[in-house]
Amino acid sequence: MKEVSFGQFYPVDSFIHRMDPRLKLVFLIGFIVAIFVANSFYGLAACAGVLILIIAFSRVPVLKILRAVKGILFLVIFTAAINILFHTGDHVYWQWKIFCVTRGGIIFSAYLILRLVLLVVCSSMLTYTTTPVSLTDGIESLLTPLKWIRFPVHALALIMSIALRFIPILMDETERIKNAQKARGADFESGGPVKRIRAFIPILVPLLLSAFRRAEELGDAMDARCYGGKKRTKYKKLRFTWRDLVGFLTLALLITGVALLRVYVGDIV
Amino acid sequence: MRIQCEHLSYTYNAGSPFAVNALRDVSLTIEEGEFFGILGHTGSGKSTFVQHLNGLLRLPSSLKKYKPKKPKKGETPPPAPVLRVGDYDLTDKKTDFRALRKKVGMVFQYPEYQLFAETVEKDVAFGLKNFLQKGEKLSEEEIKSAVSDALSIVGLDGREMAVRSPFDLSGGQKRRVAIAGVIVTKPEILILDEPAAGLDPLGKREVMELLHNIHGDWCKTVLIVSHDMDEIAENCTRAAVFSEGTVAMCAPPAELFKNAEALLSLGLDIPLTAKLVLALKERGIDVDCDYTTEDFIAKVLALKGGRA
Ligand SMILES: Nc1ncnc2c1ncn2[C@@H]1O[C@H](COP(=O)(O)OP(=O)(O)O)[C@@H](O)[C@H]1O
Ligand SMILES: [Mg+2]
Repeated sequence: MKEVSFGQFYPVDSFIHRMDPRLKLVFLIGFIVAIFVANSFYGLAACAGVLILIIAFSRVPVLKILRAVKGILFLVIFTAAINILFHTGDHVYWQWKIFCVTRGGIIFSAYLILRLVLLVVCSSMLTYTTTPVSLTDGIESLLTPLKWIRFPVHALALIMSIALRFIPILMDETERIKNAQKARGADFESGGPVKRIRAFIPILVPLLLSAFRRAEELGDAMDARCYGGKKRTKYKKLRFTWRDLVGFLTLALLITGVALLRVYVGDIV
Repeated sequence: MRIQCEHLSYTYNAGSPFAVNALRDVSLTIEEGEFFGILGHTGSGKSTFVQHLNGLLRLPSSLKKYKPKKPKKGETPPPAPVLRVGDYDLTDKKTDFRALRKKVGMVFQYPEYQLFAETVEKDVAFGLKNFLQKGEKLSEEEIKSAVSDALSIVGLDGREMAVRSPFDLSGGQKRRVAIAGVIVTKPEILILDEPAAGLDPLGKREVMELLHNIHGDWCKTVLIVSHDMDEIAENCTRAAVFSEGTVAMCAPPAELFKNAEALLSLGLDIPLTAKLVLALKERGIDVDCDYTTEDFIAKVLALKGGRA
């Protein structure tokens, strides 16, 4: 149970870990734009190169990152297969009824796979190197403009961070209650579906009760400290540093680069 | 049933950056019939150790997918762990862990948070029904009487309590119901993880009293995890002190608390009686007692009488 630490944060200290979460969020969005702007081999290679640099500087083991890719393996293979089979064009290698494999289809699928993998790896780099708490801080800060139209950005961010904070606590609690019921002979592994679902009642009831109890206690504690005042200050202020400048310049360079490639080098095939 | 443990080690989240060595080479033997105490600082591995005893935490070699590792050349492999509870070999895959759990009852910390049924009776009967062997059946009457017995040994009125909702009870009552829910199957060994935590002094004394009632006829061996030194001094036949995942000391309380300095150096407290003995010693009065309040008072009175 403990293995899936939520948000998969990988706790080491690195250049990437120390970057501002806002910059990392913007970088992810910019990177996705770049992936889809890039329409040539060189463009995608540039994206991949930048990503490899990020991985190298983040000190997250490559094996961990491959595990993230493994999660979408099925999706990748499925989309690629569909694309190969239904893409029409010349240079037909094989045909059967409405299915055909063309040179264009293969190349198109290869690009699609590359894009999907880049996308997933880049987003998992964000969660590997940013704690959920600083991620919500970053989102809150980026959404600040919405405050002008009275959108409750702060409340939203608070709800998000409380939810994230409680996930590991509730997981611990589940484990504890499960063990306690196992010690009383509860069996969660055998029997038909109905029996298995019923077996979870002795876990769910105490778990819900404790979640409500915790929520109430947290509410009281926040009230007791006069939460809800107008101006709130932050303990950890987000601050741009030279690292973020480096990140920003890299992103700008990447997007300009792939845009230029698109204009001057041209299409996929 | 005798508990025999040798070279037991356990790591949480092994192989990840969150790895914690919770137990390192723990060896400990607990005889049948003991009222055994497990002492130690928070995080010293007490709970991890006791969860091994009924198979909630397993040794790698008892897991289905376990493959023995070949020792590297030139390296002496660490001694193989031994963990036996009565006739059950907990290092073995073939052990029936459910049967073991029936024999080794475990009351977790804050057990009142595991109550779930609509009535006290149903909740206490939960374990009783779970541990029925295939084909074995208990009549309503038998269940009722077993539940009522269990409730009365924890000091509750079985008839009156049975139909109440466990969530309407007081904290102390809930805890007794939870304990009843574990002992209802008459386990041979009863393990309690900090059974008196969070109770007021009277509640603590009552819980310890009910454990003495259970110890003996109902459950042969009782194991309590605690960091209340007075509790250990007053009640236990022997106690082990855990420190950073190892057993630092293991002796009867009377011997354990003679060595007060060692306990203090492990960051642990000593019982009030031991503090008084130390204070008297500084004033040149030697009291030789077994650190229970009763014995201490008797010895001091005897000294006083002797001088007067
Ligand atoms: N489920 C768990 N996952 C990871 N680490 C744990 C878990 N349970 C306990 N630990 C760690 O193992 C060590 C021993 O814990 P524990 O046996 O609960 O100590 P105690 O009961 O003496 O307070 C502690 O450092 C604790 O943080
Ligand atoms: Mg503990």
